Amino acid sequence: MSIKVSMKVNGKPVAAEVEERTLLVSFIRENLRLTGTHVGCDTAQCGACTVHMNGKAIKSCSIVAMQAEGADILTIEGVAKPDGTLHPMQAAFKENHGLQCGFCTPGMVMNALDFAKAHPNPTEDEVRESLEGNLCRCTGYHNIVKSIIAGAKAMGGKL
Amino acid sequence: MNAPLIGARVLRKEDYRFLTGAGQYTDDVSMPGQTYATFVRSPHAHAVIKKISIEKALKAPGVIRIFVGQDLADAKVGGLPCGWLITGTDGKPMKEPPFPCLAQGKVRHVGERVVVVIAETQDQAQDAAELVKVDYEALPAVVDPKKASTSKPIHDIAPDNVCYVWALGDKAKTDEAFKGAAHVTKLEFLNNRLIPNAIEPRAANAQYSRAADEYTLYVASQNPHVERLLMTAFVLGLPESKVRVVAPDVGGGFGSKIYLYAEDVVVTWAAKRLNRPVKWTAERSESFLSDAHGRDHVTVAELALDKDGKFLAMRVKTTANLGAYLSTFSSCIPTILYATLLAGQYTTPLIYCEVTAVFTNTAPVDAYRGAGRPEATYVVERLVETAAREMQIDRAEIRRRNFIREFPYQTPVALQYDTGNYEATLKAAQQLADISGFEKRKADSLKRNKLRGLGYACYIEACGIAPSNVAGSLGARAGLFEAGEVRVHPTGTVTVFTGSHAHGQGHETTFAQVVADRLGLAMEQVEIVHGDTAKVLFGMGTYGSRSIAVGGTAIVKALDKVVAKGKKIAAHLMEAAEADIEYDRGVFKVAGTDKQKTFGEVAFAAYVPHNYPLDKLEPGLNENAFYDPANFTFPAGSYVCEVEIDRDTGKTEIASFVAVDDFGKIINPMIVEGQVHGGLTQGIGQALTEGCQYDKTGQLLTGSFGDYCIPRASDVPSFQLDTRETACTHNPLGVKGCGEAGAIGAPAAVMNAITDALGVKDLAMPATAQTVWKNLQENRHARV
Repeated sequence: MSIKVSMKVNGKPVAAEVEERTLLVSFIRENLRLTGTHVGCDTAQCGACTVHMNGKAIKSCSIVAMQAEGADILTIEGVAKPDGTLHPMQAAFKENHGLQCGFCTPGMVMNALDFAKAHPNPTEDEVRESLEGNLCRCTGYHNIVKSIIAGAKAMGGKL
Repeated sequence: MNAPLIGARVLRKEDYRFLTGAGQYTDDVSMPGQTYATFVRSPHAHAVIKKISIEKALKAPGVIRIFVGQDLADAKVGGLPCGWLITGTDGKPMKEPPFPCLAQGKVRHVGERVVVVIAETQDQAQDAAELVKVDYEALPAVVDPKKASTSKPIHDIAPDNVCYVWALGDKAKTDEAFKGAAHVTKLEFLNNRLIPNAIEPRAANAQYSRAADEYTLYVASQNPHVERLLMTAFVLGLPESKVRVVAPDVGGGFGSKIYLYAEDVVVTWAAKRLNRPVKWTAERSESFLSDAHGRDHVTVAELALDKDGKFLAMRVKTTANLGAYLSTFSSCIPTILYATLLAGQYTTPLIYCEVTAVFTNTAPVDAYRGAGRPEATYVVERLVETAAREMQIDRAEIRRRNFIREFPYQTPVALQYDTGNYEATLKAAQQLADISGFEKRKADSLKRNKLRGLGYACYIEACGIAPSNVAGSLGARAGLFEAGEVRVHPTGTVTVFTGSHAHGQGHETTFAQVVADRLGLAMEQVEIVHGDTAKVLFGMGTYGSRSIAVGGTAIVKALDKVVAKGKKIAAHLMEAAEADIEYDRGVFKVAGTDKQKTFGEVAFAAYVPHNYPLDKLEPGLNENAFYDPANFTFPAGSYVCEVEIDRDTGKTEIASFVAVDDFGKIINPMIVEGQVHGGLTQGIGQALTEGCQYDKTGQLLTGSFGDYCIPRASDVPSFQLDTRETACTHNPLGVKGCGEAGAIGAPAAVMNAITDALGVKDLAMPATAQTVWKNLQENRHARV
C-alpha cells in the first residue's frame, strides 16, 4: 500500500507517495535522488546511511520513511554552506586525509557532526568510541580520528 | 616556477565531491527506463537442480523477465574465464571446470546464482524472487581443503577435486640441506579465509542502445578494460568496440572488484533482451556469499638452520582452497604470488614449495589485498621468530644474520630483487618502538594483570605487476603493462588519461602531482581521467600495488614524448637547433641564451600552427604511451607490534604498532601513510577479528558484519609510521608501490606478539578473545 510522506530535507519541504515499507534511506536516495547517503550493509551496522533527524544522527536504513513524517532531515548534501564552502568538519576530513574511497565518508561526517556538538574537545578514546557504529575499510580510522578531533575543535560545540 | 610537487603532502583533489555527497558510485547511476535485478541464489553448498518453477514469480507485480541458466546456454553465453593457466608438476594444465553465469544443472556453493528476476522496482524484484521455486537434490559438500581429495567430486573434470599440484624450487637439494641442519623449526597453521568487504557493495548497471547497437555497463570495478575484454571476448562474443565499461567512483576494492563476475555479465546480456537498463546492487549478505574471498591456506612449513642461526633451507607444503570455481586470477595467487616470496628479506639458499590447489563447496577464492604475499610473509616471519625463540637468539639479531645486503639479488624462487636496505628499516623500527623499554612495559602490564608481548615482521612484496613476458611464461593469459595518454589542450592545460583505476588511492591527486611536477605546471592545470573505456585508450587496472610503478611510468613516458615534440616546436619558434632546446619546469629555453617559450605558448602553436614546421611535424600535442615494466618492484619494511592481553577475558589490545616501510620514492607522503594505515588495519583484522567460517554442510556462518568482524575504530591504535628510501632502479620515478604492505606485514607481527605474550609456539588466527582465553585456560598451570 502506498502512503504519502512529507518532511523537510536540507531545509526544503518534500513529499512523495511511497510504500509503507519504504526505508528512509530509499526515500532519500530513490525518491529525492540525494545519493550522497549510502547503503553499505542493510543491517544497521556500517553507518554509511547516517543522516540527522531532528538534529540527531540516525541510521536511515533502520527506519521507514513514514517514521520521519514531519521531521527535519539533514543529509550530507545539506552540510556545506550554500556557496559550496565546506563545513569545518568536512574541511577537517580533507585537511587530515580522513577519507579514501569516500563511500563511508558521508556517514562518518554526519555522525561526527552530532558527536562534536556535545564534545567540543574530545579525546582520542572518546572519538573511537563514537565510531562504534561506523565502519571504514580504507583508512584504518587513524586519520578519521584526527579529522574528528580537529573538526570538533573548529566547531566549538556548535553545528 | 612552481615548487616541487613530487614528495609534497598535497591535499586530495577528489575529496570535495566525496565530502559533499557528490560522488557518483554505480548504484547512484539511474537511467531512463531503469529496471532492477535480483538473483535467486543457491541455499545449498552442493546440489543437483531438479526443477525451477518461475510461473508464480512471473505473475508478480512489476516483473518484466526472469532468466535461468538454460536461457543463457541457449543464447550461447559463455562461462567466466580464468586469466592464468598454471601447469602442474605432472606437466599437465590445471583443471578448468566451466563457471556458468547462472547455474546449469548443479550448484556448487551457497550463494551461487541460479535465477535472475528483473522488475520495475527493487522491492518488486525481491518480492518476486521469493516466489521462484527451485527443487534441489542435495549432495554431500566439502568445505575443508584437507578433505577435498577424498570427497564427492564437485566438477566432472576433477574427480579428486584437485585443480593442480604445483611446485617451485629444488626439492632434492632442499631435503639434503635439512638432513645436515643443526636445528629445524616446524610450524603447521591455517592462513584464515577472509571476506574482503569493501564498504561499497558490488554493483552493475547496464544499458543497451538499439540505435547504436552498443552497450554501456557501469560497474564497481578496479579494471574496466579488463572487465570489457573478458566479457566481450570470452563470454558474450561481442566486439569490444560495442561495449563501453565505466567504473565510476568505486567504494573500495581490495582485490574483490578485479574480477569479472556473473552478475555483470547477466545484467549486460539482459539489457539487450529487455531493451531497458538493468541494475543490480549487492546486499551485504550477497557480498559475503558471492564476492571472491581471500587466503585460506593449510600449510606445513619448516626452516633449517645452522648452529649460528643462519638459514640453510626452507620447505613449505600448502593446500590452497580455491572454492567452487576458478575466479579470474585465482590460480596464480597461491603459486606465482606466494611461493616466489618465500625468500623474504633473507639469503636462504634453498627453498622448495609445493602447492596443492583444491576445489571445495565454498565461494571462489582470489586475490585479496596482498594476495599470496601476506601468506608467504606469514610463513617466513612466523618461522623466523619461532626459530629465534627456539635457538635463544635475539629475534632482530637472527634476522640481521640472514638479511640480503647486496643487490641485485637473485633468490632461489625466481625473483631478482633490484634494491633494498633491510637493516635501515629494521633499525628505524626498533628505535621508534623503543625496544629497550619493552621489559619495563611488560612488567607494568603484569601489575595490571595483563600479558604483554612484542613481535616483529620484516616483509617483502613483489609489486609493480608485471613484466608481461615473464608473466606470460608463468601462465598469464594477459599482458600486464599499463597505458597512459597526455592530452595537452591549446591553452596549455593538460588532461591525462590513465589505465590505472582509483577506488580510494587518490590517483587524481598523486598522478596530477607527477604530471604537474614533470611539466612544471600548477596542480589546477592538470586533470586525471580514469575508469571509462570510452575515454581511456586502454588499461590493465589497479591491483598488486601497481598503479604508480606501472601506470605512473606510462604517464611519464607519454610526458617525455610531449616534451620531445614540444622541443621541436620550440626550436622552430625560436629559430634554434632542436638539440639546443632545454625544458625546465614549464619553459622551453635555448641553451646559453635568454630566449624562451612557455609550455602554454608551445601548446598554442601546436594547435594554431600558423608559424609551425608543418612539412616535418604534425600539429597537435597529444601523446600515448604503453609501459611494460622491466621487473617487479620490491617494497619492504619492518613492523613491530606490541600487544597487551587481558588475562581474565583474553581480549588482545594492540598497545602500539610501528611500521617502517621502504616504498622507494614517495610522491605524496600523506596518501602513502593513509594506504599503510588501511593495510595495517586489514592485517590486524586478519590476525585478531576476521575469520570466514562455513559449517560442515557449507553454510556460511559469518554472513554479516555481526558475525564477521572487520575492525572497528576501537580495535586499532593510532599507528607510528616512518619510511626509508631505496629508489627502484628500473622505473624513472624510482617508485615501488605501497597499497598492500600493511596487510602483508601486519598479521605476522601481531601473531608474533601474541605468541610472545602467551609464551606459546603458535595460535590460530583470528586470535579472538575467545581463542586467547581458551589458550590461557589450557596453559594456566604450565605458565603460572
